[in-house]
Amino acid sequence: MIAFEAHNLTVSYDKQPVLWDIDFEIPEGKLVGIIGPNGSGKTTLIKAAMGILEADSGFVKIFEKSPDEIRERMGYVPQRQSVDWDFPATVMDITMMGRYRKGKLFGRLSKADREIAVDSLKRVGMYDFRDRQISELSGGQQQRVFIARSLAQQADIYLMDEPFVGIDAASEESILNILREMRSAGKTVIMVHHDLHTALEFFDWVVLLNTRLVAAGSKDEVLTEENLRTAYGGKLNVLSRIADLVKRQEYPLREEDSKE
Amino acid sequence: MGANFTWVMIGCALIGAGASAVGVFSFLRKQALVGDAIAHSLLPGVALAFIIGGEKSIWVLFPGAFIAGWLSILSIEFITKSSKIKPDTAIAIVLTVFFGIGIVMLTHIQQSSYGNQSGLEDFLFGKAAAMLPSDIALFAIVDLVLISSIALTYPYLKLYSFDPEYSRAIGLPVRFIQFTLSSLTVLAVASGIQAVGVVLMSALIITPAAAARFFTSRLSQMIILAMLIGLVSAVGGVYISSLAFKMPTGPWVVMILSILAISAFVFAPSKGMVSRYNKRKEHQLKVRSENLLKLFFKLEEKGESNHFSRTELLNHRKFEGRDLETILKSLLGKRLLARSQDSFSLTEEGREEATRVVRIHRLWELYLNKRMSIAADHVHHDAEAIEHIITPELEQELLKDLGYPELDPHKQEIPGTKNLKP
Ligand SMILES: Nc1ncnc2c1ncn2[C@@H]1O[C@H](COP(=O)(O)OP(=O)(O)OP(=O)(O)O)[C@@H](O)[C@H]1O
Ligand SMILES: [Mg+2]
Repeated sequence: MIAFEAHNLTVSYDKQPVLWDIDFEIPEGKLVGIIGPNGSGKTTLIKAAMGILEADSGFVKIFEKSPDEIRERMGYVPQRQSVDWDFPATVMDITMMGRYRKGKLFGRLSKADREIAVDSLKRVGMYDFRDRQISELSGGQQQRVFIARSLAQQADIYLMDEPFVGIDAASEESILNILREMRSAGKTVIMVHHDLHTALEFFDWVVLLNTRLVAAGSKDEVLTEENLRTAYGGKLNVLSRIADLVKRQEYPLREEDSKE
Repeated sequence: MGANFTWVMIGCALIGAGASAVGVFSFLRKQALVGDAIAHSLLPGVALAFIIGGEKSIWVLFPGAFIAGWLSILSIEFITKSSKIKPDTAIAIVLTVFFGIGIVMLTHIQQSSYGNQSGLEDFLFGKAAAMLPSDIALFAIVDLVLISSIALTYPYLKLYSFDPEYSRAIGLPVRFIQFTLSSLTVLAVASGIQAVGVVLMSALIITPAAAARFFTSRLSQMIILAMLIGLVSAVGGVYISSLAFKMPTGPWVVMILSILAISAFVFAPSKGMVSRYNKRKEHQLKVRSENLLKLFFKLEEKGESNHFSRTELLNHRKFEGRDLETILKSLLGKRLLARSQDSFSLTEEGREEATRVVRIHRLWELYLNKRMSIAADHVHHDAEAIEHIITPELEQELLKDLGYPELDPHKQEIPGTKNLKP
């Protein structure tokens, strides 16, 4: 089954197209990376797929249906900076939001919903923080709460916008394992990802973007030197690769440091 | 005064509480200015309703105000959607245009056959005394609508206010939620035209929420606290203005609101300025005390002696102003230092604490050096900061990870690790 299909998709801001005539398919049960330089339209693609942005032309289909018909089966992790973390809410509050549904009258949640949320928090290692105010979390912890919220959705396809930004290596590994488990259970996980090196190791399917589609397919087909050069132009030199590596060398204790 | 005044007070209490409850969501959605635009935009609606209805009863004017308020929201939305104008500019345009038209209409009414008796200018800054007992029913209905709507849709409102895009992504009825919030805001603002007036009404929407945020991090508590603050300010403002000041009500309501908000800003526990300042000072003192203990430890380590005078201490570390005195006093008070005449020495507990700090410092240096491959001559600076933060649990983890080491990267002893081995 085709999990995700973009058909001649064009999306613009202020009439300026930032995604141009994108056309590709993703089969079910894959871990998929959306890769491309800054401003290449990765976030825009995810938002268009979630129905947050409207397409100028073309469409996205999820499991061969329009996203509107199938939202219950779609999980979403937005970019962390898209919300104000000073909002008065606890970690548990935010995770429970993953259980809200269109049909549920006025959003009352049941005990079963609560258990699912608790389980999601445990899976990302944030259960101990469940009563913590979200304003008192580190960046990586906030990111994990967002991932927990999407896990609580119990979807069949997940769209995530840079879920690993600011997450330390150990948590990244454990979350990746969760995603791999989900893949084994037949779920599809599509994520915007910034790091080319880990992309090779994480994904089995890659969509390479730069306003236009550069390539989409299995990672070995897509991540060729030539495709990368097309997507990144001359920008991808050794120095930027090293800078990328350095950026990933976070202190493992940084999260604990930021506790007050 | 008398019975009528009691009714006025009840009316104002209802207005203050209702407006503040809705205002929490405007505040959290960073829509403070929208409230102001709506409030100013009510004026032409009020004037038109007066011309058509021919009387000043709130029952006649309120619908006009409500419609004008909604029109202002739609105008702001229309301008931002159909042009490149940013929301704050659109808000300013709508506010000034609507308010300008309102003033023109007001002037026209005053100069025409309605004469000066219209008293419509009271709606600029509010005149609560003009409230009739029969008006109270309207405010009660408005409050009922506001509070029951919030209670019924609370989870949706909360999710939408936090993350509107996510609400859309999971298929919540976003248009409906927006419509509800806008309607509630217009209702709340419109209810205040008599008591507070269109010019200052937005303060009663936003300020209580802003003040309440200093005291609580729970949305439900925040709403209740904001309602309380709004209620107290509205009633208080009306009361003061009635004490023959012959002033409009609105400014007094806003005065009290502002006093409450500023007090919250300064004195609120944990989030207020005073408390934050104290906390910073406390942490500073802790860091400096630990550094002084460390100095004692290191001087002892060098085997110089155990007792040190102020001059000796000053020779080894710079202290500004009376810092040294403050720190010494605090450490003596905690019995971490002892004093004999003019010299100071570590007590048993003091030595333990100093050992702990030095141990963490050297452990961290070793960790950076070994695990992060940072050169030995680059680790000191970082460790200076980390040593004051690391908790006992983390220290245990470090010790375990590094295998209870005895020497740091500079080949100095890491003190006390042996005793910590399980
Ligand atoms: N709200 C907006 N209004 C106008 N232009 C926008 C808006 N959001 C994004 N753009 C533009 O659209 C283009 C694509 O943006 P998008 O956020 O999809 O990029 P991205 O691939 O996610 O980049 P990054 O790697 O930096 O996250 C960029 O050129 C950006 O400037
Ligand atoms: Mg992006």
